[in-house]
Amino acid sequence: MKQENSEGKKYLFDKPGNMKILAWSFFLSLVLLLVLEFFIHKHTHFPSEEWPEFYCVFAFVAFVALVLSAKYILRTLVKRREDYYD
Amino acid sequence: MTDVLPPAAIFIIGGLLVPLIKGKWKSAYMLLIPVVGFINLINIPEGTHWVVGFMEYDLIFGKVDRLSLLFGYIFHLISFIAILYAIHLKDNLQHVAGLVYAGSALGVVFAGDLFSFFVFWEMLTVASIFLIWARRTKVAQGAGYRYLLIHAAGGLCLLAGIVLYVNQTGSIEFGYIGLNGLATLLIFLGFGVNCAWPFLHPWLTDAYPEATITGTIFLSAFTTKCAVYALARAFPGTEALIWIGAIMTAFPIFYAVIENNLRRVLSYSLINQVGFMVCGIGIGTQMAINGAVSHAVNDILFKALLFMSMGAVMYRNDNKINCTALGGLYRTMPLTCICCIIGAASISAVPLFSGFVSKSMVMDAAATGHMQIIWFILLFASVGVLEHAGIKIPFFAFFGHDSGLRPKEAPLHMLLAMGIAAFFCIFNGSFPSYLYSLLPYPVEYVPYTVPHVVGQTQLIFFAAFAFTLLTLSGMSPPELRAINVDADWFYRKGGGLFYRVMDMSMNGLTRVADRVIVGELTGSICRIFQRWPEVLCLGVMIPLWSVTGARGKDLQGKIERTRAALQTHTSPIGISAAMATIFLVLIYLLM
Repeated sequence: MKQENSEGKKYLFDKPGNMKILAWSFFLSLVLLLVLEFFIHKHTHFPSEEWPEFYCVFAFVAFVALVLSAKYILRTLVKRREDYYD
Repeated sequence: MTDVLPPAAIFIIGGLLVPLIKGKWKSAYMLLIPVVGFINLINIPEGTHWVVGFMEYDLIFGKVDRLSLLFGYIFHLISFIAILYAIHLKDNLQHVAGLVYAGSALGVVFAGDLFSFFVFWEMLTVASIFLIWARRTKVAQGAGYRYLLIHAAGGLCLLAGIVLYVNQTGSIEFGYIGLNGLATLLIFLGFGVNCAWPFLHPWLTDAYPEATITGTIFLSAFTTKCAVYALARAFPGTEALIWIGAIMTAFPIFYAVIENNLRRVLSYSLINQVGFMVCGIGIGTQMAINGAVSHAVNDILFKALLFMSMGAVMYRNDNKINCTALGGLYRTMPLTCICCIIGAASISAVPLFSGFVSKSMVMDAAATGHMQIIWFILLFASVGVLEHAGIKIPFFAFFGHDSGLRPKEAPLHMLLAMGIAAFFCIFNGSFPSYLYSLLPYPVEYVPYTVPHVVGQTQLIFFAAFAFTLLTLSGMSPPELRAINVDADWFYRKGGGLFYRVMDMSMNGLTRVADRVIVGELTGSICRIFQRWPEVLCLGVMIPLWSVTGARGKDLQGKIERTRAALQTHTSPIGISAAMATIFLVLIYLLM
């Protein structure tokens, strides 16, 4: 995993090129997954599962909702200084 | 039955002998215990073994069926991994505690009666507490005491339930109990404490991150999974468990998002994963129980793997474990990083990794039972798992901002331990039929269907996409050096309040008593008893002396002498006798 480099320490993701490859392959996979949806036959239990791109949309919305509610609601309520219990 | 031993005995006796073995043989000896134990285990036929008469009851140390066997196998495997991971330690306390703890867990899963079950259940607490205290910090000591108090309370609740239950049914057999009436409710709650149900859970997130690096591996495997086993044995199909499990999956993920200590993130994640198992047990169908049990097996492996990778990070970075202190460690700890990613992929249920083949069984069981709300909560929780365990753990430790730390790679024995766990994470995920063949019920479930693989991959990739966007836009919650209060607030602050109230009331009472009784009352009584005889005596004597012709200095001298004699309690016998007579006359008149 480590990129051996005689001078200085350059590692795998220190190189902008590698980051670019990673980012592009990630975005390409997203597009591929969006398209793939239309070529499979779903076995669903609930009507909502049949909506197009259900899992993609659900994951995205749930993730954002989770992070933002934890950040703005829960943290406001429960955050204390590190020595709170001392 | 002469050639095999109860599985618990091998670990407990073997563990207690560890301090007697010195030098290089010690490591080999400790690693041999789970190996010998495993060979012993596979030679035990299914059925009931080691029945010992105790008063009018039968204690059963070997109830061996498919459910207990599977827990037995995984407990042996994880013991081997945890011992290997801890092999560098020179601390006998931790080695003994770890092995006795593992032995107690085996005792719990093979117990066929409630008495021996209870004894092993309590031994779990007693042995595991030393894995927390062995960290030898003030914080660990405090967390350990709180852990002990909560488990002692849970244990008493369970004991009360067992006593009532045995009284009602007349049997101490440990099998299906079901929720009906007070006795079973107390047993149910006793299991719930060890299972870290909502509001009963803070002992876990409080104590596990404060335990020793190696102790946490043992801790993450046994206590909660024994509770899962107990619920699967005694309360399958109890509807309350469906909701308890669903809440367990959902609430910890919010805490995990904002938690700074990565081992505490994993502790919240542990509750979240146990939630899937509890939910499955609550659903109670064959597929759901299979899902719960197989997920317990997989969770023991991937959670241990994640805790081991974080432990290796702590070990090589002066015990640093906060997101704020770590970052960019992939550069010099690449193998630990790969192991961590395998653990993260497994817990996130990436296809070909272990979580994919077990968690989906529970979700499918919920869907088959038309539990739409439960299914959505579980799906939401799956996205949450991805956030904290799938992305946050590897990202903040090994990638993210470069902390400038360039530690050495983890030691070989730790890498080997992580490697074994990682192997099983991939093996169980890629070849699930082996795991499925060991489950309590026949498995008809097929995890690898095109829609399932595509749906799950979509879920994972689009959650990761959301993470990327939130991070790039700076909307992810910043990692802060702070703590988050949880339900333990009630007893940590409540304990302080109780202390202050007691201090004010009890010590206040003492202070008042001291002032009134010691300071005032005693003195006044003393003064009264000094003054009264004087007044009485002189009141009688002065007229007498005056009559007998004492005047001026002579009379003054008599008065002074009498007063001094009464104050020093050295009055002549005549005066004492006169006083006593006056006293008796007074009493006679007053009565």
